[in-house]
Amino acid sequence: MTAALLLLVVAGTVCGDLLKARGMRLQGEPDSFKGAILCQFAAAALRNSWFLMSLVAYTASLLSFMALLSYEEVSFVVPATALAYVAETLLASAVLREQVNLRRWVGAALVAAGVYLIA
Amino acid sequence: MQAKTIVLLGIVVVSSAFGNLVLGYGMRAVGDISSLSPVNLVAAGVRSMANPWVLCGMVLLCVFFAAHSLLLSWADLSFVVLVSAIGYVLVAVLSAAILGETVTPSRWAGTLLIACGVGIAGSTPESTVEPKL
Repeated sequence: MTAALLLLVVAGTVCGDLLKARGMRLQGEPDSFKGAILCQFAAAALRNSWFLMSLVAYTASLLSFMALLSYEEVSFVVPATALAYVAETLLASAVLREQVNLRRWVGAALVAAGVYLIA
Repeated sequence: MQAKTIVLLGIVVVSSAFGNLVLGYGMRAVGDISSLSPVNLVAAGVRSMANPWVLCGMVLLCVFFAAHSLLLSWADLSFVVLVSAIGYVLVAVLSAAILGETVTPSRWAGTLLIACGVGIAGSTPESTVEPKL
């Protein structure tokens, strides 16, 4: 049960982040951080199909996360979900075509090693 | 790193760490919902929504979500996810200090490695793709 929930938390977060990153990059950054501009930005996001699909993935992840938190300690559950960070670095490079240089890979490896120690 | 990136990363890390902590505190009060029977799930859902800690955690996670979305409109996902991993250090400290959970030496070593990884990833360019994909 714990493994299945953990898998749902990680897969939901990874898919959600990839979909949202794609949607937000397509939308572009706001011209300023004034209230009206940010409201327009939020309204545009709610019409962005990539963003809306990310909400579905995040909802699945959040519900699984809440179920896990009902019987596992926070300091166990949260670091274990960090596996998503390694998967996202790989997928950001492969799918979103981000240029992940050596330093960023080293950073990802250290984060993964840290996660291994924590889990 | 641009100032706006640093500010939003700060909001992302703090709101996520406190949101998870508060949500965890609330869900422990709600009780074990590892059983997936529909009646059990609905009852747990109602109990969760009536718990102020759960609601507070969800508000904080909404703040996290808004800041994270804004950040991804100009910064790389691979940059944002790695740098915001610094939140795990914050979670370990908060879990020990506030929830009284035991954080073992190996967990502390893990959080230290994560902090080093974040430092190195944070020294890379925050955006490597064109603003419009």
